[in-house]
Amino acid sequence: MTMGKALPHDSAALHVTGAARYVDDIPAPAGALHLAFGLSQVAHGRIVSLDLAAVCAAPGVVAVLSAEDLPEMPDCSPSAQDEPLLAVDRVYYAGQPVFLVVADSHLAARRAARLGRIGIEALPAILTVDEALAAGSRFEDGPVIWENGDAAAAIAAAAHVVAGRLEVGGQEHFYLEGQVAMALPQEDGSMVVHASTQHPTEVQHKVAHALHLPMSAVRVEVRRMGGGFGGKESQGNALAVACAIAAARTGRTCRMRYDRDDDMTITGKRHDMAVLYRAGFDGKGRLAGVEFTHLVRCGWSQDLSLPVADRAMLHADNCYAIPAMRIESHRLRTNTQSATAFRGFGGPQGMLGIERVMDHVAHALGRDPLEVRRANFYRAAAGRPGGPSAPPDPPEDTSAKVNAKVSEGVVTADAVDLTSRGAVDAASPAGPPQVPPGVQTTHYRMPVEDFIGHELVAELERSSDYHARRAEIAAWNARSPVLKRGLALTPVKFGISFTLTWLNQAGALVHVYQDGSVRMNHGGTEMGQGLFQKVAQVAAGVFGLDAGAVRITATDTGLVPNTSATAASSGTDLNGMAVRAACETIRDRMAGLLAERHQAQPGDVRFAGGRVTVGGADYAFAEAVAMVYQARVSLSATGFYRTPKIVWDRKRGEGRPFFYFAYGAAVTEVVVDTLTGENRILQADILHDTGTSLNPAIDIGQIEGGYVQGAGWLTTEELVWDGAGRLRTHAPATYKIPACSDRPPVFNVALWGRENAEDTVGKSKAVGEPPLMLGISALMALSDAVAACGDGSVYPALDAPATAERVFWAVQRQVGDV
Amino acid sequence: MEVAFRLNGTPVCVTDEPPTRTLLDWLREARGLTGTKEGCNEGDCGACTVMVTDAGGARALNACILFLPQVHGKAVRTVEGLAGEGGALHPVQAELVRYHGSQCGFCTPGIAVSMAVGHLQGRTDHDDVLAGNLCRCTGYAPIVRAARAAEAALVPDWMTADHGFVSAEIPAGGSPKDASPKDGGAAAPPATARPGTTDDLARWFLAHPEGTLVAGATDVGLWVTKELRDLGPVAFLSSITEMQRIERVGDRLRIGAGVTVEALRAAMAALHPAFAELLRRYGSLQVRNAATIGGNIANGSPIGDGPPALIALGATLHLRRGDARRDMPLEDFFLAYRKQDRQPSEFVEAVSIPASAPGLRCYKLSKRFDQDISAVCGCFDLWLDDGIVTSARIAFGGMAGTPKRASAVEAALLGCRLSPEAARDVAPVFAEDFAPLDDMRASAAYRLRTAANMLVRYAHDRAGTATDVLGVRP
Repeated sequence: MTMGKALPHDSAALHVTGAARYVDDIPAPAGALHLAFGLSQVAHGRIVSLDLAAVCAAPGVVAVLSAEDLPEMPDCSPSAQDEPLLAVDRVYYAGQPVFLVVADSHLAARRAARLGRIGIEALPAILTVDEALAAGSRFEDGPVIWENGDAAAAIAAAAHVVAGRLEVGGQEHFYLEGQVAMALPQEDGSMVVHASTQHPTEVQHKVAHALHLPMSAVRVEVRRMGGGFGGKESQGNALAVACAIAAARTGRTCRMRYDRDDDMTITGKRHDMAVLYRAGFDGKGRLAGVEFTHLVRCGWSQDLSLPVADRAMLHADNCYAIPAMRIESHRLRTNTQSATAFRGFGGPQGMLGIERVMDHVAHALGRDPLEVRRANFYRAAAGRPGGPSAPPDPPEDTSAKVNAKVSEGVVTADAVDLTSRGAVDAASPAGPPQVPPGVQTTHYRMPVEDFIGHELVAELERSSDYHARRAEIAAWNARSPVLKRGLALTPVKFGISFTLTWLNQAGALVHVYQDGSVRMNHGGTEMGQGLFQKVAQVAAGVFGLDAGAVRITATDTGLVPNTSATAASSGTDLNGMAVRAACETIRDRMAGLLAERHQAQPGDVRFAGGRVTVGGADYAFAEAVAMVYQARVSLSATGFYRTPKIVWDRKRGEGRPFFYFAYGAAVTEVVVDTLTGENRILQADILHDTGTSLNPAIDIGQIEGGYVQGAGWLTTEELVWDGAGRLRTHAPATYKIPACSDRPPVFNVALWGRENAEDTVGKSKAVGEPPLMLGISALMALSDAVAACGDGSVYPALDAPATAERVFWAVQRQVGDV
Repeated sequence: MEVAFRLNGTPVCVTDEPPTRTLLDWLREARGLTGTKEGCNEGDCGACTVMVTDAGGARALNACILFLPQVHGKAVRTVEGLAGEGGALHPVQAELVRYHGSQCGFCTPGIAVSMAVGHLQGRTDHDDVLAGNLCRCTGYAPIVRAARAAEAALVPDWMTADHGFVSAEIPAGGSPKDASPKDGGAAAPPATARPGTTDDLARWFLAHPEGTLVAGATDVGLWVTKELRDLGPVAFLSSITEMQRIERVGDRLRIGAGVTVEALRAAMAALHPAFAELLRRYGSLQVRNAATIGGNIANGSPIGDGPPALIALGATLHLRRGDARRDMPLEDFFLAYRKQDRQPSEFVEAVSIPASAPGLRCYKLSKRFDQDISAVCGCFDLWLDDGIVTSARIAFGGMAGTPKRASAVEAALLGCRLSPEAARDVAPVFAEDFAPLDDMRASAAYRLRTAANMLVRYAHDRAGTATDVLGVRP
């Protein structure tokens, strides 16, 4: 079996030798041009003049475009068509592209872009969520409110109440490869685009729209990205569209990459949020009711903010059965970068809210936070009524409605952007499913039938020696006047599926050649997560071949159409199944022919170890393929998959948005210097649920990397805007992602190793996003260390990111010296 | 300017590039060697790391802020040159594959080069070797596993060939063949120059008072790659070996301005361990391998880490203009924000410090421990007699427009019995010395409080109480 093997990333040898090609490494045809944007320095204002004479006269400049050159301004938005490629009349954030320089080199374009004189009459800028809330500056008509039970009454009746406000910072993706695209004009007016994007179909759609071409005339290819993390789901559209526009105008290949400072200044980041909470609970810390208000800073355009804010609401319970919950979510429009997808897609912010509540409740009661968490866990899966979880009613097939909608009009790229997660309102949701009485559900009425938190946390408690270490740390802290250590265990439950139901589909194309070699293509993109390798192992498994026998190819909208973004952790679940279906089609054809030849049943034909056996016959795979070819049977097939069981009404906040949940838990130990707030992770122990892993090495890589990225988000990664709305942390000199020595020096990661209860590819579980939220344990451990400085009367109320400065002030609050 | 060097073992000569063309751009655009990546274009991420070998040995450097003339006479090895004949992987490459050390792979070439240099030098302090290589995917754990696994492997012979080349072809003193003006001594030095001696430099700077001196280019590089400035006349200083020496003169050390921060760190490890540790945290290895202590002083940054420690040590600055030399206490050099007591054509030739200062402690406060710029850098050299402070030199970075002594605090401490409590009592005096600013690194209030707390830490430190989170072992 190749499935389940800890094989290296398919490109590992290319990575380490520098041979792996990224978009900027692809040799461009002679005469290629390079692009750069001229940016607004003002957060909000009217453009009153635009003097580009010096730009046009600069060495190497071929063309300069601004709004007046593009009367029909191309749009780059993945949702509301509210992102003009270049600012028209007004600018909405500091960093917004205002004009486009086309030059004969990257450096010439950058130099020229600095020479533009943009006259802007400043207007009042709304920068914070509180300003936006006060001004009523928001997306949608009002807040989205989901209620399950009467939270206010439950809190009023509860023995204890805590309340507070948690500031959750944003996060810059800091993909090591910045945004980049290249457009090559073709002989018939069509366009080929190489882009570093998680969503080739979206780029195809936006380019087609900009050039007034059908999508069939635009082909987008993505071999790999140098990191994505959600930052390349929609944020690459502008570069691809700019390249395509310039290429169409000049007839020459156009390439664009953002310099790092431009990248960080222009593109969106993780949504920062304020989470206001009020919770009522009993003496054991069992919650009776919780109220949350999410103030979500969305930035200047809608982008993917609505589904991001939805997912924050969907994860406001994390692992906890909360009898009554009310969530009010404000999606606020500000004059800042348009916040966008980032690993977890709002889930981490929502989850952090309830983990903060748990920490606060435990502090208020003087109990171990782990005991409070456990007291609130969902009931164990073993307690469920039994049988696989199937909703009583089959989910509505929304694709039929979509097809009907599209078939009413001409199918052009001008039609609604169907493959974007931003297309939330285009959905025609089914009614909520009926939940049988006695089945525990989330606050959005999804049955929780696979909860493994009890067993998983118990195992981690044991393996991490949680209780003994807590005691040892308390004794150590009593002896240490300056340094204090802290420890925390936090669990994760993360919902797997796109919440826009129809995106949960994937296609694949598999060819078997006459020499027995196999070539595989699917709609997923490779950004380092090992998707291609895992899917290749699935394909090889179907044919009984070694994974290396399957040729991996670049994602290409000309091969597999209408792809969903590689996002929502869904890449392997969706594309693995689609590829498996394609491979099985071919294998079944082969088996049918061979069975016929050998008077056997197709089911008796075995594909294993690179051989095909039937009856007494034993063929090399290539021999069998040659026979099938000569019998004039097709050795090429498409595959398709759509996720079953899901149905979701986002307006009402009801249904089963997720096929299943992925679980995990982490214990983090930290040390804090009370004199400066400097802090450091000493140890992390993680137990994470990947179902039956398709590739344990790749999965562990996702877990280790996700944890460190999550811990970075909550500690050193601080985004700072000045009073004029300009981002001051726009380079790695000022924005600090974890460095090598910031990883936990003791870092124990184990896989839970039990199969997914749902029928996923190889019974595996998605692993892209969930581990990021294991990093929440780092923030809670810091809270624990800070609490050790006081007498228990003051809750640390540590905001994120918990920089040394924030930790310092939290310590001062403990000792009453602010 | 002609630039001749070895590239992955092959001699190359570049004649038609502007002097501020970066090695990274040249590799990628002119040579098609796209394995070396641009991640940040400012020397912070390490995706562009290359190995540069000269008579002093091999170093990892950031190619994005390395100008082509800086590698003249040296050997450059890129990721494409790590593997041997027929594609045999270097041990660090093989272990990176085996331990799943790459995910997206974009940082990987730089990581592999840093690891290969560390491996060549037998280093096992992998966190420090890799401090200047950011990875956003892996969380570093598998990379360090790979580095550990490669420790025992033999250094491939092709990795040592570079050193053999430079030893054989570069004359002692390191002056490349076209370092001096070709048309004799009478004519004015050319606008772009590579002086071989301090005298040559002094003459060049007199002729080009508006010129820019480029030593390691860790700051000047960003003037070009980020500010897109035209530097005007440029003198590259890396050939002036006489400025790269540390000499003992009586009970003092004279440190040439061209000594790299990494060379200084190594030299300080035994003499001034606290200063050495501060220098370790000055920047990543790639930055320390390029940056010079002279540059760190001369650029006058209020947040450079060298000056506070040097001022606390009682450093004397040695300036030169033409044949005229003058000395001054280092703190007097810094007049105001980005304004130094330096005449046109005058340059930093050396700085000297006492060889012994057992009471010296240096504290750096930043958002991240490695490769970060200080929010506050506090350096203390207190002499105690039976617990009583008899002499105090305290200097801070990040607290004013210049590196600055805490004169009022020093005065308040004299005659005090040093203790954490006494240090707390002195805290209000910090406001007499400093009125720091808010910025993206820290608030003014935090700076003032933690600066005062550094004195408390110093008192704990001298009393043997643990105060360093980096010293806590899990």
